[in-house]
Amino acid sequence: MRLAIISGKGGTGKTTVAVNLALYLQREGQKVCLADCDVEEPNAHFFLDTAWSREQKQTAAVPEIDNAKCLGESCLQCVNECRFNSLIWMADRVMVFPELCHACGLCSFLCPVEAVDEATREIGLVRHGTGRGVQVWGGLLRIGEAMASPLISRVLKNAPGEGVLIADAPPGTSCPAVETLRDVDYVILVGEPTPFGLHDFKIAVELVRKLGLALGTVINRDGMGDDQMEKYIQHERLPLLARLPYSRQAAEACSRGEPLLEAMPEFKEIYRNMWENLQKEMQAGGK
Amino acid sequence: MIIAVSSQGQELKAPLDPRFGRAAYFIFYDTENDSFEVLNNKPNLNASQGAGIQAAQAVSRGKAGAVITGHCGPKAFSALQAGGIAVYLCQGNTVEDSIHAYKEGRLKQADEADKAGHW
Amino acid sequence: MGKLAKRNAGRGQISIMQEIVVISGKGGTGKTSLVSGLAATGTRQVLGDCDVDASDLHLIMAPEIRETHEFISGQQAQIDPDLCTGCGLCRAYCRFHAISEDYRVMGEHCEGCALCLHVCPESAVSMHDRHCGQWYSSSTRFGPMIHASLGIGQENSGKLVSIVRKESHQTAQEKGAENVLGDGAPGVGCPVIASLTNADMAILITEPTRSAFADLRRVFELTKHFKIPCLAVINKADLNPDITVEIERFCLEYGLGAPVKLTYDQDFTRAQIQGQSIVEYHPEKWTRPMQDIWRSAAEILKH
Repeated sequence: MRLAIISGKGGTGKTTVAVNLALYLQREGQKVCLADCDVEEPNAHFFLDTAWSREQKQTAAVPEIDNAKCLGESCLQCVNECRFNSLIWMADRVMVFPELCHACGLCSFLCPVEAVDEATREIGLVRHGTGRGVQVWGGLLRIGEAMASPLISRVLKNAPGEGVLIADAPPGTSCPAVETLRDVDYVILVGEPTPFGLHDFKIAVELVRKLGLALGTVINRDGMGDDQMEKYIQHERLPLLARLPYSRQAAEACSRGEPLLEAMPEFKEIYRNMWENLQKEMQAGGK
Repeated sequence: MIIAVSSQGQELKAPLDPRFGRAAYFIFYDTENDSFEVLNNKPNLNASQGAGIQAAQAVSRGKAGAVITGHCGPKAFSALQAGGIAVYLCQGNTVEDSIHAYKEGRLKQADEADKAGHW
Repeated sequence: MGKLAKRNAGRGQISIMQEIVVISGKGGTGKTSLVSGLAATGTRQVLGDCDVDASDLHLIMAPEIRETHEFISGQQAQIDPDLCTGCGLCRAYCRFHAISEDYRVMGEHCEGCALCLHVCPESAVSMHDRHCGQWYSSSTRFGPMIHASLGIGQENSGKLVSIVRKESHQTAQEKGAENVLGDGAPGVGCPVIASLTNADMAILITEPTRSAFADLRRVFELTKHFKIPCLAVINKADLNPDITVEIERFCLEYGLGAPVKLTYDQDFTRAQIQGQSIVEYHPEKWTRPMQDIWRSAAEILKH
């Protein structure tokens, strides 16, 4: 089963829910893997005291022109067809700008004399470890690298397929979040009951509906704001899987990187209900 | 020699365009016979990225040996350098005045980009 | 005068506009609340909401939209089902797995590279301009504001952020504003890079949690990469005094100077619910701290 946890707004509790749900399932004897897809600013590993056992550099393809074979000005197909303006003809050769390249492969496909080789450039790394009994997969985007999606795709490809995969999505609803939602069976949307939280929550609902995925909601820090999020969830007839109550104690535990299931055992019941509700929803073929 | 000057208009009296990649026009001025040609750069304005290097390519195709512009980013700068094209940065002038300044040796050649890269 | 002003003054052109971008690395540390508070105590500024993916600043600023512009960027492939023979070449070649099993292009994954167009033996593929969102030029009670909304699931490559910034600068020049105050995006990818390049300084707002501290270190590295001077603000500083001390040590060690500390306060949420900045909600408590931040920023911009 593949679950993804998104939120729209950053800092509303995606990682909190991902980590604690993973821990709950692991303790119930369920095979579970947590994939931290926030490759720009990963945090899940803190809460699980993860010891990284393997780290692998990740590269993206970048064109390299063999000037000896290149037909030059009489051809220029790669230069003219590249949609990302990554190649130009300068003086007497084709010049490549790797930072603009989207690694689509068009230039090497078009070249009539196979003068385009694929070199690589580093985009970051994928790593794997175990923490508190949970298998954790994650990535780290190289600072200065613009695009997160290709690395997120690598993290998900590398994470094992058996058991329950929980993908902790990055904030937002643009390409990195979309990449995390690929091939997912169910989406848990975590919301914070504040005006900012609700505004971004609605956008996330629209995204998940646009992608045609099954959706359930969780209200985190329940009690810190107002009741508008709850009203919206009811109005939209979205399944409410759990309410995680706000408390200073919970905030302090999270600040230390302590999972709530450890710091405040009363949360176990909440996660049990969350999981039961989620399974009910999935069986009902919820959307 | 041909100098490419980024311009806001199509005449020599037009103001210099401070942008390189997204300049409205390029005026290719031939210092040997004081004639010039205009290249409309507007199609490049809509490019979502890489406008600077496209402009560098256009300048090279126009056989310019030097560029006069307001600001130049690192990708465009390295493209021009690869093409052996010298870059001179100049502010607040007309195209005509900047060419005079160049001829009189009052412009200093840039040895690096003056702006950080962006889209 | 800031960096930008110094450079231009040297070439005989006076420009006093300075751009301050508020970023955080981690989401939820109070970025947008801080921007609203600064906007309420600033003078002659233009606001730029660079968090185009999940923009919230307008919920406090209540902008009156004067102009709406479409944002068209890149292209998307489309397959004509009448011409498609299902040969599968496009699916085999597409590196973004953007074509479904029934030969439909999934817009949310298509990068617009046009490889499928070149591969297709039946010429069944066409490319279309992609309407990615909108940007707006508005007025607010704290000055002009440029903001945007990215379409659902669209690519946040930073181009729309660059437009917001460019238009903010232009508006600032036109109105003779002193500052452009930007609300940045979380993370360290394209949208943040696009918010930071050529800015005069960044305010890094963080909180004393393990997660936020780790994120602060990464976003700080990004500001070093672009040579942007920074001021750090620790929000909810009393939540974990030990980590606050660690962050202070980090700031001093890396030349950020002593961070500004704000204690955890429900005013941040209460003000938001009222659609107000913290300064409007509780002026006696928040005016001074916001002015102090402006002063610290001015000190940094002087150098």
